[in-house]
Amino acid sequence: MSMDGTVPGAPGVVVVGGGIAGQAVCEAVRELDALTPITLVCAEPRLPYDRVRLSEILVSGASCETLALRPAEWFTDHHVGTLVGRRVVEVRAAERLVVLDDGAELPYTALVLATGSDALMPPIPGIDQPHVHPFRGPEDCDAIRDAATTARHAAVIGGGLLGLEAARGIASQGCAVTVVHLMDRLMERQLDAGSAALLERALGMDVLFERQTAEIAPDRLRFAGGDELEADLVVVSIGIRPQAELGRATGCAVERGIVVDDGLRTTVDGVWAVGECAQHRGIVHGLVAPILDQARTAAAAICGDTTAAYEGSIPSAKLKVSDVPLVAIGATDGDGEVVSQDAGRGVYRKLVVHEGRAAGAILLGDVRGAEALLGLVRRGDEVEDPLAVLAASAEAGPAEWSDDTQVCDCNGVCKGQITAAVTEEGARTPREVMAMTRAGTGCGSCKATVVDLVALAAGGEVADEPAYLCPCKRQTREDLAAVVREQGLESVSEVSAACGTGRDCGACKPALAYLVSEVNANRHREERHARFINDRVHANIQKDGTFSVVPRMYGGVTTPEELRRIADVAEQFDVPLVKVTGGQRLDLLGVKKQDLPAVWEALGMPSGHAYAKAVRTVKTCVGEDFCRFGLGDSMGLGVELEKAWEGLHTPHKVKAGVSGCARNCAEATIKDVGLVAVGEGRWQVRVGGAAGGNVREADVLATVDSRAEALRVATTFLQLYRENADFKERTYDFVPRWGLDRIREEVLGEASGAALRERFRLAKAAVTDPWLERREPYHPRQFTDLDDEPAAAREPAVVGPPEEALR
Amino acid sequence: MIPVCSVDDVPAGEGRSIDVEGRRIALFNTPTGWYAIDHACPHAGGPLADGIAADCSVICPLHERRYALDTGAPIGHAGGPVATHRVQVLDGRVCVALGEDAGADDAAPAAAVAA
Ligand SMILES: Cc1cc2nc3c(=O)[nH]c(=O)nc-3n(C[C@H](O)[C@H](O)[C@H](O)COP(=O)(O)OP(=O)(O)OC[C@H]3O[C@@H](n4cnc5c(N)ncnc54)[C@H](O)[C@@H]3O)c2cc1C
Ligand code: SF4
Ligand code: FES
Repeated sequence: MSMDGTVPGAPGVVVVGGGIAGQAVCEAVRELDALTPITLVCAEPRLPYDRVRLSEILVSGASCETLALRPAEWFTDHHVGTLVGRRVVEVRAAERLVVLDDGAELPYTALVLATGSDALMPPIPGIDQPHVHPFRGPEDCDAIRDAATTARHAAVIGGGLLGLEAARGIASQGCAVTVVHLMDRLMERQLDAGSAALLERALGMDVLFERQTAEIAPDRLRFAGGDELEADLVVVSIGIRPQAELGRATGCAVERGIVVDDGLRTTVDGVWAVGECAQHRGIVHGLVAPILDQARTAAAAICGDTTAAYEGSIPSAKLKVSDVPLVAIGATDGDGEVVSQDAGRGVYRKLVVHEGRAAGAILLGDVRGAEALLGLVRRGDEVEDPLAVLAASAEAGPAEWSDDTQVCDCNGVCKGQITAAVTEEGARTPREVMAMTRAGTGCGSCKATVVDLVALAAGGEVADEPAYLCPCKRQTREDLAAVVREQGLESVSEVSAACGTGRDCGACKPALAYLVSEVNANRHREERHARFINDRVHANIQKDGTFSVVPRMYGGVTTPEELRRIADVAEQFDVPLVKVTGGQRLDLLGVKKQDLPAVWEALGMPSGHAYAKAVRTVKTCVGEDFCRFGLGDSMGLGVELEKAWEGLHTPHKVKAGVSGCARNCAEATIKDVGLVAVGEGRWQVRVGGAAGGNVREADVLATVDSRAEALRVATTFLQLYRENADFKERTYDFVPRWGLDRIREEVLGEASGAALRERFRLAKAAVTDPWLERREPYHPRQFTDLDDEPAAAREPAVVGPPEEALR
Repeated sequence: MIPVCSVDDVPAGEGRSIDVEGRRIALFNTPTGWYAIDHACPHAGGPLADGIAADCSVICPLHERRYALDTGAPIGHAGGPVATHRVQVLDGRVCVALGEDAGADDAAPAAAVAA
């Protein structure tokens, strides 16, 4: 049985291999012919997914499901039978029959081999060890990611596009990594020496050139020259090996890949080959764009078009994992070339000309005009004045492009098609256009351009993209908030039942918990099972399952008495580590869950909220009281701010800082909210700063005349963020998404600001110190496991501000 | 079957851990019934009883891997499964039978208990 419940068996098109090629063949055949039975056999245990975006999994740890090329319903809707986790082991071409691994037989009228390739693993001694991985499938990504969290030093063998992608992925896990390359420069097939050197500098990675790995030992690589590199995690990315075995066994001619003609036919009647397993005019293409061209041609040929011909593709590559923009198109050298280079800014732009025609281009650091140049090279346009062409390409924006300028290389979508989707077919949002044309749904690197073009076609009016709170609900935060409001829902279970599938989902329960509390101004039915463990026990879970406790010290200011108490508690409970946090607080690390209530009781200080999606700490400098530069009372204002915001939940954690002058010792300009004294009682209010994986300087929301006003503006902004950001959206994403102008309007506007502050007041009125639950737990076993003594039981209650505050 | 706790001991929708014959077990009280699985996440030993349970699965609090509560199968990731154990509710007591090779069929959930 196939996934859609139909029984495959009626002869039709059988596609072997559920990769990008296999999927594209199914779609292209279905577009030409609504009736022919199609069966897709996928050896991997899942429906086709976007292999190009695999490194996202490596970086984020997300599940491969998020990369599905089409949802499962697509196959049902389009009558494409799927056999998942099954493998074709034999083709009996004379009988037009394939045999599956469980012995089942499947007749066909046309057979398409889309078996792809494997990562090339050279026979280096030691390559079979468990710490050596290819970089090809989701399992590899999971394994590399896991290893990277504990490895001391990683090595990536291979300095091509994929190797660099793998190295970036590993580095993102905090693991040091060195790229080992056989050649003398990175990406030697796509780049010339000049651009490769600039790229190397821009990436800032450790690279060893001209090293041939002779042996992989458990903790190091040994090179042919005798030197060594420490490495307890090794990723090999030196190329692909087409999976041509099935083709060979079928009787097809096979060289590097399965040999095909311009109609993608193999040498065996009724058998086609498409994708990385196929060799066309001597070339095996390892990129998506040519594969999709091939799939369209093969589908036409299968559906009876005898003239359909694929004439090869111009390779073009984009580096997608880093903040270094890079596009390489076609040839790197010709009989003529122009280069414009600005090494200081890391910009390198080159146009290669051969026999008077555009033959290639390299754009690094500034990729404006990539689409236009690709079109030029693809058509092989004559180039009279290369310098002028290169200069003009950087000037032309999407508005000036011709309609046949290709925007999405992966799916071969031109500007004209995108425009038409808006002007003729009535698409309103980029997402709709992407669904209609498939532009931007491949590697995603053209998404921003698609958005621009949609805006252009729509005359600047683009409807907002739906950003679902969770895929399980297919509703945006606003949709859900509206339901909560209209139906008066008070708890996560009620929302779960009323929305989406009606079932609860672990992934979005915490987001819904925030939503019900926020929409109801904190007055809601608190269901602890919807909260992350940190919010169930009011401490921060650590990697060994113990917790860390951060008592609140407003503004980072403390007293000898408090310090003494903290020290006593640390001794009394054998706290293994006491640490000053980045937010100027004391962190007691390694506290057992069942000890938490006693620890708080002994501390007798409020919760530092260092564990929740909430207002965390306000960092301060010493300011005018003590500092000889101080222009304002940063400590005092910091304490005031922290008290005003204490205990409020927010979409993500909020960190604030107050500096007494522009020297900025509290680093207020890289905080979610930062206040900086600028003299004469005036304060700068800054929002949306970050000092994490990305550094973002906070924008100046306003400069105000008094301390009270600073507090007011900052608080109004906080409420705006609380009400409008998506769950887990930090201010540094929220501020640019909303735009500073709109935020200023809402926050500084008299009526809108007052309304925000009123809602803030209500939410704040409901705040209690969660640490008080030590005396009144919501359940006798709030803090204990089943082998510890439980606390006394208590009735669950509605939490919220006192009734009078609501009036 | 070893009685481990009373039905009131685990808050509705949550999990708690307990030692059963030297093995650390996580016990979940969910709307579709009671489930028992090993407490330590196969990934890096995360405390699964502290995870978020929903829709017959639990999400590990450390790195958010998901496991089916009834079969122990990993959901959406390529890690190994977590062992499951049989649960029965008798007279308000929750009882567990350790499954050494606790497989899928063994782990039919006990009836839901209103808490
Ligand atoms: C990490 C990564 C990043 C990449 N980035 C880019 C990029 O940015 N741009 C770009 O253009 N390209 C990129 N690529 C390359 C691109 O992903 C490949 O060119 C493309 O996916 C190949 O598709 P395919 O369908 O031919 O082969 P595959 O994806 O290999 O699919 C073949 C499928 O067939 C199955 N199969 C094999 N034999 C059988 C059988 N006998 N029975 C049933 N099933 C079988 C295999 O299990 C496999 O699922 C990247 C590749 C990787 C690994
Ligand atoms: S920011 Fe200015 S006021 Fe504050 S400590 Fe530094 S120098 Fe002094
Ligand atoms: S320990 Fe459970 S996901 Fe890592």
